[in-house]
Amino acid sequence: MLWYALRRLVLALPLLLGITFITFAVIHLAPGEPVDLQAGDLNAKSSAQARQLLREMYGLDKPLAVQYWNWLGRLVRLDFGRSFAPDGRPVLQKIGERLPVTLLLNIVELLIIVALSVPIGVYSATRQYSTFDKITTVFVFVGFATPDFWLALLLMILFGIELGWLPISGLRSLNWEYLTFWRQQWDFLSHLILPILVATFGGLAGFSRYMRQSMLEVVRQDYIQSARAKGLAEGVVIGKHALRNALLPLVTILGLSLPGLIGGSVIVESIFAIPGMGQLMVQAVFERDYPVIMGNLVIVASLTLVANLVADLAYGLVDPRIRFVGRGRR
Amino acid sequence: MRNFWRAFAKNRLAIVGGVVVLILVVLAVLAPVLTPWDPNRPDLRNMLGDSSREHPLGTDQLGRDVLARMLYGARVSLTVGFVSMGIATAIGIVLGSLAGYNGGIVDATIMRAVDLMLVFPRFFLLLAVLAFLRPSIWTIMAVIGLTGWMGVTRLVRAEFLALREREFVLWSQSVGATGFRVVWRHILPNAMAPVLVAMTLGIPAAILTESGLSFLGLGVQPPYATWGNILNEGKDAIEIAWWLSFYPGLAILITVLSYNLLGEGIRDALDPRLRQSGRRLATTRA
Repeated sequence: MLWYALRRLVLALPLLLGITFITFAVIHLAPGEPVDLQAGDLNAKSSAQARQLLREMYGLDKPLAVQYWNWLGRLVRLDFGRSFAPDGRPVLQKIGERLPVTLLLNIVELLIIVALSVPIGVYSATRQYSTFDKITTVFVFVGFATPDFWLALLLMILFGIELGWLPISGLRSLNWEYLTFWRQQWDFLSHLILPILVATFGGLAGFSRYMRQSMLEVVRQDYIQSARAKGLAEGVVIGKHALRNALLPLVTILGLSLPGLIGGSVIVESIFAIPGMGQLMVQAVFERDYPVIMGNLVIVASLTLVANLVADLAYGLVDPRIRFVGRGRR
Repeated sequence: MRNFWRAFAKNRLAIVGGVVVLILVVLAVLAPVLTPWDPNRPDLRNMLGDSSREHPLGTDQLGRDVLARMLYGARVSLTVGFVSMGIATAIGIVLGSLAGYNGGIVDATIMRAVDLMLVFPRFFLLLAVLAFLRPSIWTIMAVIGLTGWMGVTRLVRAEFLALREREFVLWSQSVGATGFRVVWRHILPNAMAPVLVAMTLGIPAAILTESGLSFLGLGVQPPYATWGNILNEGKDAIEIAWWLSFYPGLAILITVLSYNLLGEGIRDALDPRLRQSGRRLATTRA
């Protein structure tokens, strides 16, 4: 299994290189440069000169291949360069500040999604075509079709503006420092409620659908028949024999859906003004901040690759029938 | 084909979905006939107006008629959905055929590329690329299409793997047909059913992606009205004029929902075995 993990990691490297090269090429070949934005305020005469200076400063005057090679060389030393933004801080530092928030949001989302979708899926599968099953099916279709930014706006109107129950932007209130300890915790939590609600909505629809489907397939199997035939209580049959097998595909799907979840945090973070990776990415995109964009891509891609690997390995742990075999060994 | 129609006609939800899609297309095409207003003409005396006889859905911050903007927005959203799905499907068919027919190293390379794209958070990639291409309808369609071909590639490859061992393929190979002819005339037509389903389900996904990008201000640029754009501009006035944010989102929801119902219906009618297969859901959310 260790070998398998290592092999997968080694195989993931070319994937990462491919991704970075393609984006690097697209970004650098496209018209428009960050120096345009920075030199924009200067008057026309000095700006040509200023542009040249800026270009040399950032190494943008060198051929594309050289730029990529230099960037890779620094990447190996975990040097993502400095942001083009006026603060000029190291990219790694900027991302490091924001990564925990995005990770927190995504992990909480995943936990909630799994905790809710498994019982929903099991319940509607064991009572196929019941009222509950029909209601969840409607919910699933609507959940798939609802744009998350729209849902976010509607919830903001309802809970933030009309009812005034929940804060709608940022992670802390302005008077945070003056609150008591417990009040501070509640303040932080209340800022998270709406974003997490929005982010879980779409995922919940998908996962409960998968769970239902997986369960429906499992309960048709012979071993469920025999479990019933030997007189086990229905609760044991479903809760133990069926559920364990039905959970297996969910692990893979969890891994596959990670890119979507992380991508969704871009919109959620932008709407609720949460200082996470997604918001940083959008800002960087507007400012054409190459180093931050590339850094973000590399970090997000690596995280998803690792998470997928973990999901694969977890699959092996929960299903002993799966054997990890390296090529040439059996 | 008769079986298909009979099965499809029994699925009421799918029929409703199909009818709504048709209505949407008609509304988008007839936009200039249906509304007397120019979607981009500001009217500074009538800003943020509530719904009235003249402006059934009210007006926005610049006094533009919201109904007109919604109708013209439907044109953009539907076009983006169609064209980007077309691009993605074309790429998917070519790559999937190459991989499935040739096997070996070609197959391995293409499937590696599919894995690469599937693992990557697509929205981040879209943002990175869009930042540097002047966003316009064309770049949006190209970019969404170029990052959305993985599902179709997998489907086509899977069909090819099953079909290439069949007798009619072996026969045409043995009488000396070229590889291209075997693929084009014999295998592809038989592999189109799942592709059709994937296309129907891919259009709403593309519409959702476009509206998300436009909402962030990185999609189709103003003055072009798209549903995502209207929402983006509307959210600044959310406390005074909630309808600016409400209608476009509702339109997206209805459109995506109808396409999904239609797609599921086509799938069920084509192949009852695929019924409620979970495979689709992984691809519909970008």
